[in-house]
Amino acid sequence: MNTLIYTSVLGFGLMVLEVLKLRKWISPVLILGLSLIFGINIHDWNQPGSYMGNMLETSNFTVAFNALAIFITLLIAMLASEYYADEAHHISDYMTIMTFVLCGAQMMLGYANLVLFFIGIETLSISLYALSGSKRFDAKSNEAGFKYFLMGSFASGFLLFGIALIYGATQSFDLNSLGDYANGTEVSPMFLTGLLLVLFALFFKVSAAPFHFWAPDVYEGAPSIITAFMSTLVKVVGFAAFYKFLHVFGYLIPIKFEWLIILVAIVSLFTGNLSALAQENFKRLMAYSGISHAGYLLIGLVGAAAFPSTAILYYGIGYALSTIAAFSIAMAVFKSTGSETISAFNGLGKKNPILAACLTSTMLSLAGIPPFAGFFGKFYIFSEALQNGHFYLVLIGIISSMIGIYYYMKVVIAMYAKPANETKIEISLTNQLVMWLCLIVSLLIGIMPSMITSLF
Amino acid sequence: MLSLELLFIPLLAAILLLFANEKAAKPLALVFSIIELFFTIYAFQVFHQNGAEAFEFQMPWVNKPQINLHFGIDGIGLLMVVLTNLLIPFIILSGFNRTTKRVATFYALLSFMHFALLGVFMALDGFVYYIFWELALIPIYFMAFNWGDENSPKVTLKFFIYTLAGSLLMLFGFIYLYMGSPNHSLDWSVLSNQHTCSCNQTWLFWLFFIAFAIKIPIIPFHTWQPDTYKSAPTQGTMLLSGIMLKMGTYSLLRWLLPIFPAGMHEWQSIVITLSVIGIVYASIIAIMQRDLKKLFAYSSIAHVGLIAAGTFTLSFEGIQGALVQMLAHGINVVGLFFCADIILNRKGTLQIHQLGGIRLQSPWFATFFMIVLLGAIALPLTNGFVGEFMLLYSLFKYNVWLGAVAGTSIILGAVYMLKMFQEVMLGAVPEDALPMEKLHLNEKVVLIGIIALIFILGVFPGMVTNLTQPTVNQLLKLI
Repeated sequence: MNTLIYTSVLGFGLMVLEVLKLRKWISPVLILGLSLIFGINIHDWNQPGSYMGNMLETSNFTVAFNALAIFITLLIAMLASEYYADEAHHISDYMTIMTFVLCGAQMMLGYANLVLFFIGIETLSISLYALSGSKRFDAKSNEAGFKYFLMGSFASGFLLFGIALIYGATQSFDLNSLGDYANGTEVSPMFLTGLLLVLFALFFKVSAAPFHFWAPDVYEGAPSIITAFMSTLVKVVGFAAFYKFLHVFGYLIPIKFEWLIILVAIVSLFTGNLSALAQENFKRLMAYSGISHAGYLLIGLVGAAAFPSTAILYYGIGYALSTIAAFSIAMAVFKSTGSETISAFNGLGKKNPILAACLTSTMLSLAGIPPFAGFFGKFYIFSEALQNGHFYLVLIGIISSMIGIYYYMKVVIAMYAKPANETKIEISLTNQLVMWLCLIVSLLIGIMPSMITSLF
Repeated sequence: MLSLELLFIPLLAAILLLFANEKAAKPLALVFSIIELFFTIYAFQVFHQNGAEAFEFQMPWVNKPQINLHFGIDGIGLLMVVLTNLLIPFIILSGFNRTTKRVATFYALLSFMHFALLGVFMALDGFVYYIFWELALIPIYFMAFNWGDENSPKVTLKFFIYTLAGSLLMLFGFIYLYMGSPNHSLDWSVLSNQHTCSCNQTWLFWLFFIAFAIKIPIIPFHTWQPDTYKSAPTQGTMLLSGIMLKMGTYSLLRWLLPIFPAGMHEWQSIVITLSVIGIVYASIIAIMQRDLKKLFAYSSIAHVGLIAAGTFTLSFEGIQGALVQMLAHGINVVGLFFCADIILNRKGTLQIHQLGGIRLQSPWFATFFMIVLLGAIALPLTNGFVGEFMLLYSLFKYNVWLGAVAGTSIILGAVYMLKMFQEVMLGAVPEDALPMEKLHLNEKVVLIGIIALIFILGVFPGMVTNLTQPTVNQLLKLI
């Protein structure tokens, strides 16, 4: 609760700074503010509560995911201060909207009522529509913003319609009473239809195939920093919200809709991995890789042993850190070479061995090779799914990880085997800081997974 | 505790080498590997006096799922550790007098590989073992990829995906075992006492076996191997063929046999038949090869095929022979690839038809080469003989016809090796041939060292069999 209030205040504060012509202070205040909010959030650990007439709740589950969301935003804010350095007159817009994305994310994590859930998703999405179109004179960015907006509104329509149907059946928005209803004897078809529509909307938000068609175009067109933000924060938070939603309907989902989630997981894994094989653009590659990671996380949702399970949290952390580290390097490379294709990385191994080694380790982590966090993430998800008897799902997951190795290695091969071009790669101190932070944390939780897995 | 110290030295070397300057890298790597060798000799002594307990190390690592850092060495493990630590100094030494780009990184990767290999041979927790198994892949991939020839990016990617695909199947198997084991543990002692029902073993066996078969490699999982051996830098090839391949054969004994005795029995005949087909197939292909490194690669497939076949006879002679042969093959193949490297260094080519008359130019080298070659084709008194004899004996006991077919590999081996020797070493010197520079000191040390090992093991095979006998007897009790 406190974190949500402080985050909104921070957002408004940034706008005030702009009005007061203290533009220079915006990035430092944002970074400092987010660090403070991170601390405030941690303070809520082991202090569950519900607020605003049970609209919002805090539990260890929300605190943990909130911490991750804030940390991601913090890292992105650091990168953004560098990325937007030559667009200083708009910086307040970008930074403020990013803060509001975080507000939306916190609502999506803490909701105890479907209305707040909807508001959260909309706050997050609308802010992101604006951000993906924020390169105003770039046709691709405009296209990305517009496409995301159109498709996103469709999904929001589904969501709202679904919530309305659920309300029609149960006369309630409150998660607890919904849970009671769902676990009761009679469940009306209207309720099930509503549930199905909400599931569709959620599949869209986490870019699971076949609801993924927006993702590659939007990821490609949006400014790189926003791509990094979307691919990490939205995915992690979307899955946390999804997880919470599924959990509410306890016994109902496994009986009625498990096949659907399994089907979407399998389609995502194959669509993501197979389409990624053919990509030449790095951001599109990451988009498809993100779709396949959505598939793994869906396996985690289906297979999760008990609520809350740390497998999804762990996977989320590993995925987010590797992706941000990869983008912090990629953004420097894009800026120096002016190209966003995989060939922009050609010869990086010769030009800047340390950077190349770091990017290699993020790719290995995404591919799920030990000792990086990505490996343990997959391991936990697979073991939980196996424990619940989803045998073939795990086998399919493993087959698709084999496919995945190929395109992650494509980046590595470009760095080491292809001849170098002339351009020098310069990476700013901020980007380096973010990169090292991500890598160290990800290696740390890779070596000591108990830090995360014994949380709850 | 001693096992931790053995692991720690190469890791320390790898970290130091990352920061070493280019000139100091090779000597530094060598010094560390020799320190490690001395430690191994000490460990050998300790093992004789106190047995395996001295090497036990156990510490909780992850609490959910329950994973312990559990290391230990028994007779088989010690044999593999000795093999690794004996060969690594030779492999490092063979790189002296060769120019390598970015030396420090190369040797750091090599030392890291050393660390990972030792980890594989010492780990007694399935999960820890899996991590080291994967860790071993990363440095060798980059060594082959960055320091190999122009084909290496394509070839090594195939190698990487192939082996990783196998490992992922194994991971699936381990997770399944973890779920099924009574007290949720992947510890070797728990897994090896577990009686998973035979219906499970039927297919669980394959998850593990394919992973090992790809590493060994057993036909039809071998297609990554010849190209990778050819493209990788020679030191990488030595690591791959001398030690890394033994990860597969070692794992058959350490993990597959104790965990799936029923599965082993069930699929015994199919695996042995596959291996025997592989032996003959690889030998015949080896006769046709025009490239020295590829010829050695195929001969290596034939040799390890015999090791696998012997292991799967599940008899005392077969397993003992496999162990002796693992050590012998490691030494011989490193010797062979080193000779190939010397020829490549002097002549600039490894195409057999472009070579000839090296004996006239350098008689000493020809003699050394001949001795290594005789070890490889298993002449009595060389190390290859004892192992091969025991393996073939066990195969004959299992099935006379299979034994007879496998026996042809000795003849075929002599054919391709001697034919190659004739073309490369004997005959007249081709007109445009480059001069054969004298052997350098480091090359002499490596060659003489390897030859000494070939004879010592050939004359005193009891050193190995006595070491492993108790462990093998224990293993056989599990079946």
